[in-house]
Amino acid sequence: MSENHDAARPAVKTAVGPAPDDWGPGRAPDPLSRHRSGTIGTRVSRVDGPLKVRGAATFAAEFRFDGMVYAALAFSTVPKGRITELDTAAAEGAPGVVLVMTYRNAPKITPLPEWYTEGKAVAGDTLPVMQDDRIHWNGQPIAVVLADTQEQADHAASLIRAGYEPEPAVTSFEQAKAAGRHPTFHYGRPLKTEISDAEAALAAAPVKVDEIYRTPFQNHNAIEPHAVTLAWDGDELVVHDASQAVVHTAWSLGYAFGLRQDQVHVSSPYVGGGFGGKSLWSHHILAAAAAKLAGRPVRAALTREGVYRVVGGRTKTEQRVAIGARPDGGFDALVHTGVVAMGRHNTMPPEPFITSTGSLYAARSFTLEVEAAHMDMLANTFMRAPGEAVGSFGLECAIDELADRLGMDPIELRVRNEPERNPTSGLPFSSRHLLEAYRVGAERFGWTERSPRPGTRSEGEWRVGMGVATASHPYIRLPGGEARITLTADGRVIIDVAAHEMGMGTETTTAIVAAERLGLDLDQVTVRQGDSRLPGLIMAGGAQQTAVIGGAVSAAHRALLAVLIELAGHDSPLAGLRPEEVGCVNGGLHKLEDPSRFESYTDILARAGRGEVSVEASGPPPLELTHWSMRSYGAMFCEARVNAVTGETRISRFLGSFDCGRIMNAKTAASQFRGGIIMGLGLALMEETHLDERHGRIMNPNLAEYHVPVHMDVPEIEVMWTDIPDPHSPMGAHGVGEIGITGVGAAVANAVYNATGRRVRDLPITLDKLL
Amino acid sequence: MRPFTYARAADAADAVRLADGGRARYLGGGTNLVDLARETVERPEALVDVTGLSTAIEEIGGGLLIGAAARNAAVAEHRAVRTRYPALARAIVAGASAQIRNMATVGGNILQRTRCAYFYDDGSRCNKRRPEQGCDAIEGFNRGHAVLGASAACVATHPSDMCVALAAFDATVHLRNADGERTLPITDLHRLPGNRPDLDTVLEPGELITAVELPALALAASSAYRKVRDRASYAFALVSVAAAIEVTDGIVSDVRIALGGVAHKPWRAWTAEAALRGGPATAERFRRAAEEELASAVALRHNAFKIELAERTITTVLTDLAGEQP
Ligand SMILES: Cc1cc2nc3c(=O)[nH]c(=O)nc-3n(C[C@H](O)[C@H](O)[C@H](O)COP(=O)(O)OP(=O)(O)OC[C@H]3O[C@@H](n4cnc5c(N)ncnc54)[C@H](O)[C@@H]3O)c2cc1C
Repeated sequence: MSENHDAARPAVKTAVGPAPDDWGPGRAPDPLSRHRSGTIGTRVSRVDGPLKVRGAATFAAEFRFDGMVYAALAFSTVPKGRITELDTAAAEGAPGVVLVMTYRNAPKITPLPEWYTEGKAVAGDTLPVMQDDRIHWNGQPIAVVLADTQEQADHAASLIRAGYEPEPAVTSFEQAKAAGRHPTFHYGRPLKTEISDAEAALAAAPVKVDEIYRTPFQNHNAIEPHAVTLAWDGDELVVHDASQAVVHTAWSLGYAFGLRQDQVHVSSPYVGGGFGGKSLWSHHILAAAAAKLAGRPVRAALTREGVYRVVGGRTKTEQRVAIGARPDGGFDALVHTGVVAMGRHNTMPPEPFITSTGSLYAARSFTLEVEAAHMDMLANTFMRAPGEAVGSFGLECAIDELADRLGMDPIELRVRNEPERNPTSGLPFSSRHLLEAYRVGAERFGWTERSPRPGTRSEGEWRVGMGVATASHPYIRLPGGEARITLTADGRVIIDVAAHEMGMGTETTTAIVAAERLGLDLDQVTVRQGDSRLPGLIMAGGAQQTAVIGGAVSAAHRALLAVLIELAGHDSPLAGLRPEEVGCVNGGLHKLEDPSRFESYTDILARAGRGEVSVEASGPPPLELTHWSMRSYGAMFCEARVNAVTGETRISRFLGSFDCGRIMNAKTAASQFRGGIIMGLGLALMEETHLDERHGRIMNPNLAEYHVPVHMDVPEIEVMWTDIPDPHSPMGAHGVGEIGITGVGAAVANAVYNATGRRVRDLPITLDKLL
Repeated sequence: MRPFTYARAADAADAVRLADGGRARYLGGGTNLVDLARETVERPEALVDVTGLSTAIEEIGGGLLIGAAARNAAVAEHRAVRTRYPALARAIVAGASAQIRNMATVGGNILQRTRCAYFYDDGSRCNKRRPEQGCDAIEGFNRGHAVLGASAACVATHPSDMCVALAAFDATVHLRNADGERTLPITDLHRLPGNRPDLDTVLEPGELITAVELPALALAASSAYRKVRDRASYAFALVSVAAAIEVTDGIVSDVRIALGGVAHKPWRAWTAEAALRGGPATAERFRRAAEEELASAVALRHNAFKIELAERTITTVLTDLAGEQP
């Protein structure tokens, strides 16, 4: 199915019964996963679209408070050492300046704990913020200026002069690797898997590849730079943030300032792109501290440069991928190991580039491991499809290289290594239709037109080639999902959930799902999200929001059915039924076996004399993840043109064929897939942070020199999907936000190889590597 | 931003008077100067807005006289420019974005400053920004830097696309200061860095560009501009070539070549031109001439590819142009 081909919809609406209590073994699939009469899977425009088009959706840097002042930051220019001199006099005397805060006068702030170790910590690092004279990375904030206007604050910040006593710093990757490699962990588990003796199997294999692949540092460049507008109200802190973790942020800011979570109110109704970068960084803490010191509300909107100095990005990786195969293509050994650069005080995971390698191919032996080399730099963090985006580059290029060596079509090689169960965990797959995605994708793309011999197709100066790669991303549903459903006397509902609308369509998808579960029209559902006072502890990360919200809303739905039947009482056509026996349709309930026993919500509430009914429930624990291997898959097809004279690469066609469970909203899902692919083209061809390894300074902290694709770099991109529901997930759905970027780097590199016969193993594929 | 005064000049004489021998800076579209002021690289105390000066594009002795305040977009769209100097029109539209080209003026484009990241960064050393401070680019990221005419003090490039075409066509700039007026070939306007990289040009303090003159040049009508860059649009040239060639009976009777992205100034390829004039118009000869031009090139750690890239691009552009000759 593709975005422009909706399945036929039956005219008569059917009722939706309750979803199972949990998604463990022995449960029936969510009835919504097979529900075909509603809007699920059709093209639904975003409910927040009109607001955004009118400029009426309010973002963090647009909120204001009376008496508010503006913040600007000054940054260190050395990577490590002590501040020996900090001249703030000129800044303090500059027009409009209200406060200059440095380590000398900043209030006491407790450093935040590491992620997963305690509470709901979500800060990028564990460093104290402006508590002493120490510098830990080049670009660390050394002063905050508050002034009456942004321009005054910026100017005053430029007048601050600092002197340093530098200390030896590790700012080059080579230096860091030489100093030692350290084991790494992901969600608490070591990033290391060994099954049989892969090195021995590799040595003995008749056909093999064994190569090093490299991916560079990258930075976050959401269209909305990070910003926070906040005010103290006595012991309470009100925060308008650009956040993908509102509750975590409330807890963490509370922790930093010795407050309870409920004393911090974080609201973030709209976010202009998160991609993993909109967690809690030092500008939040500095803004709150400065606001406290000055007794004034503060807006701290980072400049684009500020985002590069304060917010971490994706770290550098160096991956070895080695595959040993039999002449028929079957893998005897699969080795994927390597090292990533990491800050010394990171709280978030390293780049876990091996996470898909352990589940994609039926090898007989595996060695998978990620090690870290520590650098004196800003903490690295999540960035769209952490691990998968860059790990798929190494792995899927190596598959292509092996296919070439075997003289085999690269899709055929994948078919021959398609596993029946997860080859490393041994778990059965909940839903895996990767080969189907390949089949339909290849047919649609015209894969058979590809010449197996590289460098054989030209059009004028341009060499033309095709490449393919597997995309993959884990299904994630973290604990913490909670939702409240409020049904009002007019038969409308409000869904309250502390989730996040970052532009991907969460609000709309949540409304679609709730409307179908409750038998309502879309416009009868209001979704409220992006506020720490709403139910749930939900991180908009790992492409998990759809599943987490879905699980929580289905639990609340069950609770609501029980309350409604109870309220309906003995005089209702529903009298005596159990919640499992009823379904929602046409604004009310009926017995699933006997549609004539129907009563509308408005009648039930009216008879009971209730203005509204409100229920709140937690989603069940993610049992499905302990019983099945759950992933999303895709097949990425690329046609690349490489100029024989200049080495310039341009992508002329791209197609993504996805297997991501049931698609909830064809329109927003297509945008997510396509957006991910565009970001993947950037990763493949141009994105790279220039970290000067002499002193750890980022030299291209702006959109002129840090290249992301412009319109002319983006070809026609077609997306399609299997639309096969996962029987073991809420709604049969998987996330769709991150998979689009995976596999793209390899699909492009493989197409470039097919066009030219040149294999580029370090990203980005710039023209100098192809001359 | 630091405080500054602002005045709008009524005409060229007024502008020069207001500039007061260089105490004030001229302001065109501001797309470069204002950026640099925000970054505190430039710290003007006074600005004289010269966008009210001549924007005319007029015939002059078979050539064109373009007012310094003419917007980049207006020049690129002008019929005479497109038909008689197509490489100039293409060079302009290959630069920046439509929005910036609508703001940018001809005078400002010529005097735009380098995009060297170390020049922009106050946390780095730069001899262009602070003479004698040292240069962090020479041992740093220098993929975009100069391979021709650089010095031990500076390896920055001049970023303009437009100027490359102007250099190929022997354009002259019309200048004015308190002492009077003069004209200068554009190829003599920008300097090589030597030990004074803080000086981009030979202009006197307070000297104003009033116009650019394109001479009559028949072969320019079939000129080409080719820009090689890291993405399809909105990126500075790694290497660019503006060229025109006239072939008579298989012999190069006249040729103009200029390079961008390789030097501290738009680089007129005098050596290659001399090698080609009067010889056969073959790809082989083009290639050899290009190699001669680049013979003096010196590579830094990351930019060696520019030498080969420049040679290839010159060869291809000339081969294509020669192939199109009647
Ligand atoms: C993101 C971005 C991308 C870009 N990409 C490209 C590109 O790919 N290729 C390219 O060629 N350019 C590019 N540019 C640069 C652009 O072409 C210049 O910024 C523009 O041409 C400058 O013109 P202006 O009128 O705005 O100059 P201003 O910023 O107003 O002035 C620039 C300089 O010229 C001086 N000046 C202005 N007018 C006169 C005059 N009449 N006499 C004497 N001095 C004068 C000013 O004092 C100042 O020093 C890019 C710019 C940006 C911001």
